Amino acid sequence: MALKKYFPVFVLPTLIAFLIAFGVPFILGIFLSFTEFTTVVDAKWVAFENYIKAFSNADFLNALWFTVKFTVVSVITINIIAFALASLLTKGLKATNLFRTVFFMPNLIGGIVLGYIWQLIINGVLQTIGVTITYDAKYGFWGLVVLMNWQLIGYMMIIYIAGIQNIPTDLQDASKVDGANRWQTLKNVTIPLVMPSITICLFLTITNSFKLFDQNLALTAGAPSKQTAMLALDIYNTFYGRIGWEGVGQAKAVIFFIIVALISFIQLGITHKREVEQ
Amino acid sequence: MKRFIAVLTAVTLLACLSACGKKTDPQNTGADGKGSVYFLNFKPEIADIYKEIAQKYKEEKGVDVKVVTAASNTYETTLKSEIAKANAPTIFQINGPVGYEAWKNYCLDLKDTKLYSYLTDKDLAVKNEDGVFGIPYVVEGYGIIYNNAIMEKYFALPDKAVNISKAEEINNFATLKQVVEDMTKHKSQLGIDGVFAATSMGTGEQWRWTTHLASVPMYYEMKEQSDSSTIVTALNAKTVDFTYADKFKNIFDLYTNNSTTDKGLLSGKSVENSMAEFALGKAAMVQNGNWAWEQIAEVNGNKVKSEDVKYMPIYTGIDGEEKQGLCIGTENYLSINKNASEADQKASIAFLEWLFSSETGKKYVTERLDFIAPFNTFGEDERPDDPLAREILSWMERDADTLEWTFNSFPSQQFKDDFSNAMLEYVQGTKDWAHVKKTVTDSWKSERS
Repeated sequence: MALKKYFPVFVLPTLIAFLIAFGVPFILGIFLSFTEFTTVVDAKWVAFENYIKAFSNADFLNALWFTVKFTVVSVITINIIAFALASLLTKGLKATNLFRTVFFMPNLIGGIVLGYIWQLIINGVLQTIGVTITYDAKYGFWGLVVLMNWQLIGYMMIIYIAGIQNIPTDLQDASKVDGANRWQTLKNVTIPLVMPSITICLFLTITNSFKLFDQNLALTAGAPSKQTAMLALDIYNTFYGRIGWEGVGQAKAVIFFIIVALISFIQLGITHKREVEQ
Repeated sequence: MKRFIAVLTAVTLLACLSACGKKTDPQNTGADGKGSVYFLNFKPEIADIYKEIAQKYKEEKGVDVKVVTAASNTYETTLKSEIAKANAPTIFQINGPVGYEAWKNYCLDLKDTKLYSYLTDKDLAVKNEDGVFGIPYVVEGYGIIYNNAIMEKYFALPDKAVNISKAEEINNFATLKQVVEDMTKHKSQLGIDGVFAATSMGTGEQWRWTTHLASVPMYYEMKEQSDSSTIVTALNAKTVDFTYADKFKNIFDLYTNNSTTDKGLLSGKSVENSMAEFALGKAAMVQNGNWAWEQIAEVNGNKVKSEDVKYMPIYTGIDGEEKQGLCIGTENYLSINKNASEADQKASIAFLEWLFSSETGKKYVTERLDFIAPFNTFGEDERPDDPLAREILSWMERDADTLEWTFNSFPSQQFKDDFSNAMLEYVQGTKDWAHVKKTVTDSWKSERS
């Protein structure tokens, strides 16, 4: 009874906030992708024209391919390094807490700032051979991978640490008694039991890598010649850089949303299945 | 306890709602039907002065003027979101005929306003057969700024390779090149790191080359095609040949080969960096417009004396350039929002008329904003007196062919970006010059279609 009475009181504020900040813009956004517009209030219906333009736009496809490459590389490196650090820092070494803090700290710095910091560092290194990060797309690519690793490893590490600490020690002891070596323990005991953490970490790294914008804008802004522009940056450039292309930018954004949603659902489905009950 | 929390939540919620409600109150119409003004300013460097003007206007006329300034390089973004709001800007800025294309549904016809009648040259306005939609409020010029103290030092050298004796005698590309290259040889004697300040190629920092500098060859190309204004010709051009690409290359190579900075490192440089180099006396020349005076003057440890700052036209090697002057024009046009209430439109026009014709307003314009205003309300003595503006004015009076700002009609931001990207690849040596030329013609064509 009390629940029923207070239900609106507790749910309404959040619901309203959710609708204003997410629901309405989302639906409006999908609607706008089918229109031609300058500002959001003067839209003219053009059906699928924007989508056709988006897919016949070489920049978009290049950005998609670059993003996919980037995501694959950074998801693998981030998770492996984060897991390795987490295993090390749960072994009861000295100064464990200090290291945890140090590794986590980069995550507290905003993307734009990080981008500029790394631009300075990388340009400083490349100066020795007389070029800058814009010289070649591969500098930009690896620059972004390094930056992303630096930022996300700490966060993922914390999640893995929580997962590893949750494994009951008797299971590890039992495997030791049964004569399992370190690799077998890791493969057959630790990894299956931290699967929930892996699910979360994969989800976070995949979506974050795919949606990367600030760091991309600050580090390379797509240079040279848009070869290092990722999807979000390409959408932004389409929307603001070309008169009459706002709708196309919006269409690209909707396609972008569908891709991200699809990939994360598939990933969640696969990893969820592998989680084991303790 | 439960009840207490429930009440607390309800109160918070109500407070939230009423706060939101208040905001939507139309402040626009003003209590006495006078209307109010919302000016979206384009120039961040003078944001504070506009605030002062707004306050002064409120004291004098009792009309509210709200001034919001878009951060550097974000004007279009800010305008796009601001204009969709209930309290949209009543005065905003377009960058010329191309900007008008984007905002034509929002520009009020200003044909019958006094503001338009004040214009010294009515052709400066953005207009078509339907009316007048953008009023320029400032005339600006750009060219190669040089530090005459360093030039004099060079011309006093016993082993100089040229037989002219002062910078004013440079009147074509060949001479400029000779002087610049000889100066590079003597740079340690002259105490400079390079003749030209860094050719900034950072993101968003390439506009001095891909709009301003490129405007020079485009001006000559358009001029050959028709007798009317090159801005109009360029606006109607479906394609360009970039006939004078090699002249453009001439001057650009001169900039980068005699620069303070190695070519490979230019993408890390900003306009501010190069203005600072000039201000500190590390470079003798820099290409920029008269708006850059602030940037030169405010640098700590500034070594350039204001009487030493001079202008020279951008020579590129085109036949007959001996008579060429500076590039003078504007890309700052004021428009009034067509969708604002009538009272607000009237108030906005009145505000601008006050700013550009009343004694108080004009004083702000010449002394604080440092605008060379293109209005007949300004007398001969009502001109800004910073050294660059004075140079522009004196060049306007000379017997020289002033170049129009043909880049006003470059097709889109996308075109400029494509162009900039190609230039960056050229300067760092990853692509050749043919690539730049092809990018310009291709991108122009695709952006115009």
